[in-house]
Amino acid sequence: MSLKTRGRSSVLIAGGVAAAFALAACGSSSGGGGTASTSPSTSASVSAECQPYAAYGTFAAGTTVSVFTSILPPEQQKFEASWAQFAKCTGITVKYEGSDQFEAQLPTRIAGGNAPDIAFIPQPGLLAKLAQGQNPPVAAPATVTANVDKYWNPAWKNYGSVDGTFYAAPLGSNMKSFVWYSPSVFKAKGYTVPTTWEELTALSAKMVKDGVKPWCGGIESGGATGWPATDWLEQIVLRTQGGDVYDQWVNHTVKFNSPQIKSSMDLLAAWMKNPLFVNGGHGDVKTIATTAFQDAGKPILDGKCGMLQQASFYAAQWDTFKKGAKIAEDGDVYAFYLPGIKADIPTPIVGGGEFVAAFSDKPEVQAFQTYLASGEFATEKVKQGGWVSANSGVPLDAYTDNISKLSAQYLTKSDATFRFDASDLMPAAVGAGEEWKQLTAWFGEGKPTDEVLNAIDAAWPAS
Amino acid sequence: MSPFLTETLSKFQQMGTALAAFFGVLLIVFYLGSKTSGRIQTPTARLVMLGPAVVLLTAGLVVPAVLTTISSFKDANNKKFVGLANFNWVFTNPDNLVTLRNTVLWVIITPLVSTGLGLLLAVLIDRMKHESIPKSLIFMPMAISFVGASIIWGLVYEYSEPGGEQVGLLSQLAALFHVADPPNWILIPFWNNFLLMVIFIWIQVGFAMVVLSAAIKAIPVDVVEAAMLDGATGGRLFRSVTVPMIRGTLVVVLTTIMIGVLKVFDIVRTMTNGNFGTQVLANEMYAQSFVQFDAGRGSALAVVLFLGVIPVVIYNIIQLRRDHAR
Repeated sequence: MSLKTRGRSSVLIAGGVAAAFALAACGSSSGGGGTASTSPSTSASVSAECQPYAAYGTFAAGTTVSVFTSILPPEQQKFEASWAQFAKCTGITVKYEGSDQFEAQLPTRIAGGNAPDIAFIPQPGLLAKLAQGQNPPVAAPATVTANVDKYWNPAWKNYGSVDGTFYAAPLGSNMKSFVWYSPSVFKAKGYTVPTTWEELTALSAKMVKDGVKPWCGGIESGGATGWPATDWLEQIVLRTQGGDVYDQWVNHTVKFNSPQIKSSMDLLAAWMKNPLFVNGGHGDVKTIATTAFQDAGKPILDGKCGMLQQASFYAAQWDTFKKGAKIAEDGDVYAFYLPGIKADIPTPIVGGGEFVAAFSDKPEVQAFQTYLASGEFATEKVKQGGWVSANSGVPLDAYTDNISKLSAQYLTKSDATFRFDASDLMPAAVGAGEEWKQLTAWFGEGKPTDEVLNAIDAAWPAS
Repeated sequence: MSPFLTETLSKFQQMGTALAAFFGVLLIVFYLGSKTSGRIQTPTARLVMLGPAVVLLTAGLVVPAVLTTISSFKDANNKKFVGLANFNWVFTNPDNLVTLRNTVLWVIITPLVSTGLGLLLAVLIDRMKHESIPKSLIFMPMAISFVGASIIWGLVYEYSEPGGEQVGLLSQLAALFHVADPPNWILIPFWNNFLLMVIFIWIQVGFAMVVLSAAIKAIPVDVVEAAMLDGATGGRLFRSVTVPMIRGTLVVVLTTIMIGVLKVFDIVRTMTNGNFGTQVLANEMYAQSFVQFDAGRGSALAVVLFLGVIPVVIYNIIQLRRDHAR
């Protein structure tokens, strides 16, 4: 579901052609910068600014590492800026290539013997598929493993491993357990930010009494229509069933039509399919299926909808609704943590992120891989703004915006029940297919819960 | 010179070199072919003339078709053979039955309506004074891609909260006719398929009209005059003279659109992504192959589609040949 990743930047993409031109232009300009850098032989005079990069070694001019990713401009420029100093000091030229057809193209390129040196893979499920296929990625070198052990919650390393082999270090992260709301509306109506599920339900009921639909949502997302609905279900499953059942659900030992998931669906129905609660500013419950996820939160600014459950990256959307919208605790819009439901499941958090897989063991590739897993890189990237890392080597005050900081606070919490987005972990036939399709039918066509769950179970690949 | 230009130029250079090499090889082959004589002359000529086409067709069409057919009997990872399991899935999964039904609806309705409307417009416009103006206007949607057209029509079908300002053109029209609560059009079960077909028809009518109009103009004047002397007018003239005289063209237009419809993918993908009971074969094939990475099922759907197109293509070719023979 890297479409989620893509969502962040999709607003600014005018079209495939424009993006392609931008990529071509950027690719070549970074190439020019690389060759112009000082030759590595004059390493005797390592300048102070290159001192931190000495450990990565220096390489002959023209040494290139290719990166293939689904992350498009303007995020591309931020990435390039954050490793510019590394590139300059080591002499490595990083050739960045982004594609909005990443998931389809990567397996084709690998099969065609044209694999990139490094790929930013947004789904552990895709990583597992590649690792089990022909020409698998190279296992992470010891330097990368050391960085990941040092900086990340062990859950993350687990998500970058397949069958006990650690392949891919985490890169960026996003926090999905957020609820967006308008602080100014809350203040005017005297609402307070809920900290428990009961308070959240009470607040929803209060909004209904005030004549405002408390929730809005949209799951339309082109070829990935349905993914926000899978996120809602994941929030409920993790909150009511806990991490163990969640893990079993991911590997299908707990089936979709099991009582645990069925009761989660019922709770979700009482929340996002409740005709009193939704769909604020958009119409009836069924409009959830036809509303673009990007547009879902717009009525919050008009006071026609109270809250929207959506990930941290939704922060990028507000500016498209209202130029210069202020995202802060006292601004136009802000987010609060979607409260937990059970006391014995502390701070449940559903998140996502990308992983750095390498298809080459050349020393320059491993040096770059190691740098990407370091706290220094994450801090540089965080300073570029709009990006969160679960890397604990990043000081919280490096974050330039409130939402990223709030996300990092939760993502680096040591006692949190963190789980990766389940649909990204499930086989693509379910996580990028039947679950999207069936939940869309559940909202849009009123398909009965039992039929929906049975159909998803039936689509689980036999192995 | 900017690096972008340099890079682009070098790519063009490579392409030019490749093209030159290709034509160079062809020239040598043709030259050697022309030097032959006697008994080997005819076979050599055949080889030289047919060779390149056969090689390109084999590499670009035959080999992929055979490989796809083989994959259709294999599992999702294209490793183990699973017999007919994928085809069994195609024809028994309840969602696929809807997909098959929709594809059949598309294949029957859109070519008939496009051709019918195109014929009607061709006849009507044929008698107008400045016929090039309405013709250009009707032909214009042809220049719009299916994706572009779907985005335009997506705005026409857009739903807004009742009571508020209606963004969708169709909802606004409904409001003009005092329909109090315009529905969310794209969610109306079964009939939403027809809303999608409208887009295809909107694009294809221009094509049908232009081709049929040319055929009507090619009907010899003496035939029409003879019929009129015999007292045929209006509807009778149309039924007994015009339609039989352009029958060949009609069939070609119909089958050409039919082949296009079998491949329809962009409209469904852009409008609904196959949700709400609007899925068609081609889009399901793409989703299985490149979203869910199930090579087996994707290939099975491709084979079904391929088998569906073949009879239409054969009929189309036979009809074209008959036309040429006349």
